[in-house]
Amino acid sequence: MNNNLTRPLLLATALAGSFSLYSLTQKATLAPDPNNAGLKLPAGFGALVVAETGGHARHLAVTPQGTIYVKLNSPKNGKGILALHPGANGKAAAVTTGFGSYGGTGIYAKDNYLYASSDEEVFRYKLDAKGEVTNPAQPEKIVTGLINRRQHESKSIVLDNAGNLYVNIGAYSNSCQVKDRERGSLGRQNCPVLDSAGGIWQFRADKANQNYGTGTRYATGLRNVVGLDWNQQNNQLFVMQHGRDQLHDNFPALYDDKQSAELPAECMYALNKGANAGWPYLYYDGQKKQKMLPPEYGGDGKKLADPKYLDPVAAYPAHTAPDGLLFYTGTMFPERYRNGAFIAFHGSWNRAPEPQKGYYVVFQPFKNGKPSGEWEVFADNFAGTAAKAAAGRADHKPCGLAQGPDGSLYVSDDKAGTIYRIMYTKK
Amino acid sequence: MFVKNFLAGLALCAAIAAPVAAQKKPAAKAPAKKAASTIPAPLLAQGSSVYKQYCLTCHLADGLGVDGMNPPLAKTDYVLGDKTRLTKVLLNGLQGVDINGEQYRGVMPAQATLTDAQIAAVLTYVRNSFGNKASAVSAAEVKAVRAGK
Repeated sequence: MNNNLTRPLLLATALAGSFSLYSLTQKATLAPDPNNAGLKLPAGFGALVVAETGGHARHLAVTPQGTIYVKLNSPKNGKGILALHPGANGKAAAVTTGFGSYGGTGIYAKDNYLYASSDEEVFRYKLDAKGEVTNPAQPEKIVTGLINRRQHESKSIVLDNAGNLYVNIGAYSNSCQVKDRERGSLGRQNCPVLDSAGGIWQFRADKANQNYGTGTRYATGLRNVVGLDWNQQNNQLFVMQHGRDQLHDNFPALYDDKQSAELPAECMYALNKGANAGWPYLYYDGQKKQKMLPPEYGGDGKKLADPKYLDPVAAYPAHTAPDGLLFYTGTMFPERYRNGAFIAFHGSWNRAPEPQKGYYVVFQPFKNGKPSGEWEVFADNFAGTAAKAAAGRADHKPCGLAQGPDGSLYVSDDKAGTIYRIMYTKK
Repeated sequence: MFVKNFLAGLALCAAIAAPVAAQKKPAAKAPAKKAASTIPAPLLAQGSSVYKQYCLTCHLADGLGVDGMNPPLAKTDYVLGDKTRLTKVLLNGLQGVDINGEQYRGVMPAQATLTDAQIAAVLTYVRNSFGNKASAVSAAEVKAVRAGK
């Protein structure tokens, strides 16, 4: 009985295998999937599914040789980093090769090293001439001992061109209330969270075992940054902040459901050393274009915050969760995209009972290193349908962005684990 | 013969794959079921009202929560199991639990300012919504947990 069942199964597997080999040889050239991987894109663009990893795929990095490293939020089969090797058709046949036993978000490749973060540490791996990691089991530990209180715990990373590593350390709090997220609880003066979190820390990229003592708090007053990138045009760090939640829940007399869904804006900041973006002492109202005093610190929806804090350079719809930022430096896409920013909006939860929003990749035009002109939705329909987006039940949630050696844009999805490749295909 | 075995193999693959595919899909959105007839409608209505005001932002209208942040209330042991533990979640708050193999990192603030009757109503409501079906929680039970906490 068992044998009877097994034999046809093996046969079918073998046949299926040879069919897929056959189809591989038939589709050896790079082309978008017939349905553009389910995405809605501007005319001239196409997309394909590189791989279905089945993991919570956070950020990703692509080497100059085309190997894709994907950081998983929790290890899958003991591997927290997947190494994908797409064939000539852009598809990665195997999604199980990997290393790194820790979950996390950050991953970044630069100058023959691959950097990756857990929620407490940053590691780096040596890359060989083929873009392959040579020491998967023995990475150098670059940074250790970062705070993880299981709220805004992801440590996103990026490098500049001077050997520095930037690490986001998110605030383990919504608005630095005495009792986090409790109705009516007031904000703490001299918010103690800011000593070890709520900002961007700078470390050397090549020095082992750095910690808070040896690092520098590069910028503060940032509640939680997940998407960040180094702008090559004006040599500056740009970050996307997740704005605070629950204005209505915590101060129902001051904010109704609708105001709470539309406030505050998600903000892009251009940082210099010493910058202070003002969290928790302000939130940004994208409609008024003003820095507002939060209710935890005596605000009422009308009072302005202390003007001394840094202004954002661009603002986006509230609660849509910008998790990936990438300055596009490739030549595959048309000229207008060059040096502009792509932003992956993971999608909201804190807009209920209003419809949820996000689940798309936005393009923000730039000129001379500054946002210039209105942002636009570039890749849409990660959710699957408008109804799924509105309910917050998206099929896919875009999280990480990376640029391939040919200028393709890669997007990771931490809901279903799909890895997308978006290409410009118009001749 | 060749074809037949191949088809049989395919059918078997499909049979194996089907339950896996079903698991991967988001839980089917069950219409809010009518609770057990023993639970009075006004109590459920009160619970629904408390839910909308205090719980919906994080756990959402379908009770399925938010991936990686706010746990689902549908078909979890936390909701359907021990009533004392469930009541303490509302009285004391909760953070950093794994439910059904998934991590949830959202902060559940204490809701101790709600009255015993409000807590009893909302717990009874969530235990009998989103496809759940379990016994009611009484205000007396909440009062006892609050006194002993």
